[in-house]
Amino acid sequence: MTGLVLLIPIALALGLGGLAAFFWAARSGQFEDLDGAALRVLIDDEEVEEPR
Amino acid sequence: MNAVLPIAPDGDVVETSFTVEGMKCAGCIAKIEDGLGRVPGVASARVNFTTHRVRIQHHHLAEDALQSAIGALGFTGHAFVGESDSAARSESRALVLALAVAGFAAMNVMLLSVAIWSGAEGPTRTLFHWLSAMIALPTIVFAGRPFFSSAWSALRHGRTNMDVPISIGVTLTAAMSLYETATGGRDAYFDGAVMLLFFLLAGRFLDSAMRAKAQDGVAALMRRVPTDALVLRPDGTTQWRAASDIAPGMKVLVAAGERIGVDGVVETGSSDVDRSLVTGESVPEPALPGSQVLAGTINLTAPLTIRTTAAGESTAIADIARLMEVASQGKSRYVRIADRASRLYAPAVHTLALLSFAGWMIAGAGVHHSMMIAVAVLIITCPCALGLAVPIAQVVAAGSLLRAGVLIKDGSALERLASADTVLLDKTGTVTLARIEPLAGIPQDPLERGALLWLAQSSRHPLSRALAASLERDAVLPVPLTHLVEHPGLGMEARLGTRTVRLGRPDWVDGIETVTDAVTAAFAMSGSSAHVIIFGDTPRADAPAAIARLRDLGFVPQLVSGDAEPVVRALAKRLGIVGRARMSPADKGRAIEELQASGRHVLMVGDGLNDGPALKTAHVAMAPSSGSDVGQLAADLVFFGDRLMPVPVAIVAARRTMAVVRQNFALAIGYNVLAVPLAIGGLVTPLIAALAMSGSSLLVVANALRLRGAAR
Repeated sequence: MTGLVLLIPIALALGLGGLAAFFWAARSGQFEDLDGAALRVLIDDEEVEEPR
Repeated sequence: MNAVLPIAPDGDVVETSFTVEGMKCAGCIAKIEDGLGRVPGVASARVNFTTHRVRIQHHHLAEDALQSAIGALGFTGHAFVGESDSAARSESRALVLALAVAGFAAMNVMLLSVAIWSGAEGPTRTLFHWLSAMIALPTIVFAGRPFFSSAWSALRHGRTNMDVPISIGVTLTAAMSLYETATGGRDAYFDGAVMLLFFLLAGRFLDSAMRAKAQDGVAALMRRVPTDALVLRPDGTTQWRAASDIAPGMKVLVAAGERIGVDGVVETGSSDVDRSLVTGESVPEPALPGSQVLAGTINLTAPLTIRTTAAGESTAIADIARLMEVASQGKSRYVRIADRASRLYAPAVHTLALLSFAGWMIAGAGVHHSMMIAVAVLIITCPCALGLAVPIAQVVAAGSLLRAGVLIKDGSALERLASADTVLLDKTGTVTLARIEPLAGIPQDPLERGALLWLAQSSRHPLSRALAASLERDAVLPVPLTHLVEHPGLGMEARLGTRTVRLGRPDWVDGIETVTDAVTAAFAMSGSSAHVIIFGDTPRADAPAAIARLRDLGFVPQLVSGDAEPVVRALAKRLGIVGRARMSPADKGRAIEELQASGRHVLMVGDGLNDGPALKTAHVAMAPSSGSDVGQLAADLVFFGDRLMPVPVAIVAARRTMAVVRQNFALAIGYNVLAVPLAIGGLVTPLIAALAMSGSSLLVVANALRLRGAAR
């Protein structure tokens, strides 16, 4: 019973943390282009000096 | 590169969206974003791969310039005008947040409920109930708002909808569970109430993702017409006037390359007019003194003086806009299948719950017990699976169609497409590619070909551009000429050494009188014989196969075109279908009205402005993405690429979708038939309610996932 007093608030806090993260993600447009995000990881970030 | 930061609004940056064809991989994204970023005047470009769109922020560049910049990168771009869907998007966003909250709460309450079901007793059970209540009640208030507000507005107008039983069910359940918790009772339905909201919001969210975007086709159409024109006054001075202030009889000056702002008759000047906006015709027509010109068309080669016959609201294009407006009002009467189902559903659920309450009261069960049973009935009958049945199937099918190159613009488009039984096809730009191409008569001699390419490249006339594009594809190298002269309305002339080279109207180039109906140009170098080059638009490569597949599906496709009889007859014969020529925009609309009056459901496939009224009148409409803005806005589905096959593919996918929707309805109702007697009998516990609810919803979702390959 005493364990519960500690564990339940922790469980709820973790869940709320996840919820807050989701709210942030939705607001900042992370779900706008799901297919594109999967591909963007393959793009080289460095400026290529000469075009191939 | 991966950080998206909104550019600080410094006043003169505007945003334009383009639909881009041909994006396949990460390299394409990088190529487009980098390439467009290097175009002077472009602030930033951001590709959305999922929707095949690129959003460009720029300093007031012309749409054409951006489009050709995309073209230079090796992709095909079309300006996307329907980006005014902010209302629908903010609704989706509100729903997704409510869905997230409901999902979070459902998980946590379920965690506690599992403990209770596994045998928590006494104070532990009460503690868990209170914790559940603490999570569930704020969630119901937040996540239930979409249902409560919709139910309230329905009730206020004396009507009822699907949201009324949902709202009553959720509120009653929460209230009863709270009472149970406070009195230390055994059964609390907090998990049921929250899970119910979660499933319903999932259905609602998918539905809003499919909902029609704002379709302001008529406004987009009228934006294409200049709002003012340069009026030539009797004393010889000129003055810019608003189109609405121009009276018939006034003379208007139109420079080469400008859009004509009024309907009228040419007084002086001879030029070519691009009428593609009005007729969908890609080949320019000559405009000589005495010929009619229409507002919205482009004067291509030389300045014209036009005597106004109609301006402002009385132009032909304004007429088309009005026709479209009238037609779209008729269309909005269509009632979606989900709404039809809910009309029957709501009263049935209320009656059932009320009857079970009354029945148990009569049987002497007491208010508390009867109330608990009525709540169980409401929870069990709440239309989770029913709410998911339609949108999940449509979303999965829409995703599959998008991968196959068909974009669905209206949520009910698949339902209507599935019920279509007649297909009408426009010719230019739909069955054929809207591009004109030289079909025959190009000289074979390398020198002549080089000279021809050089001449063609130096003119912006559509026939020249088609010639240049075709020769460039054949890797012809231009031969530089000198003394270039453009004779407006006639053609181009230049010199190669001592030889005169001409490209233009056949009668001007070499005195050739052409007798065919086809569009022709002639090319001649003095000293050798002239070549008559014949132009035409070519049918899409898979048009015969697509038509054959339509026929296999039980359709009798018909061709309707504004074009001349011989051209239409030739194509119709080649495809083996019936063709009707010389149809005006209103004729096409009327033909569809007649068919629909005789009980047919017409699928109209068309691209141009001249198809606008027909697309709006038809039961369901498709347009190619290469068509005019108006065509795309008026249509319910847009297909990409050079193929016509997406039309039959979309029809097959729509029919399969509706089959799955019907199966889903059967599953959802079948579940109710099994579960409702248990609820009325008072045998339902929170555990059974939770299992039944999630089980039926999962079943419906799994069934809909079978549609992933629907568009193959």
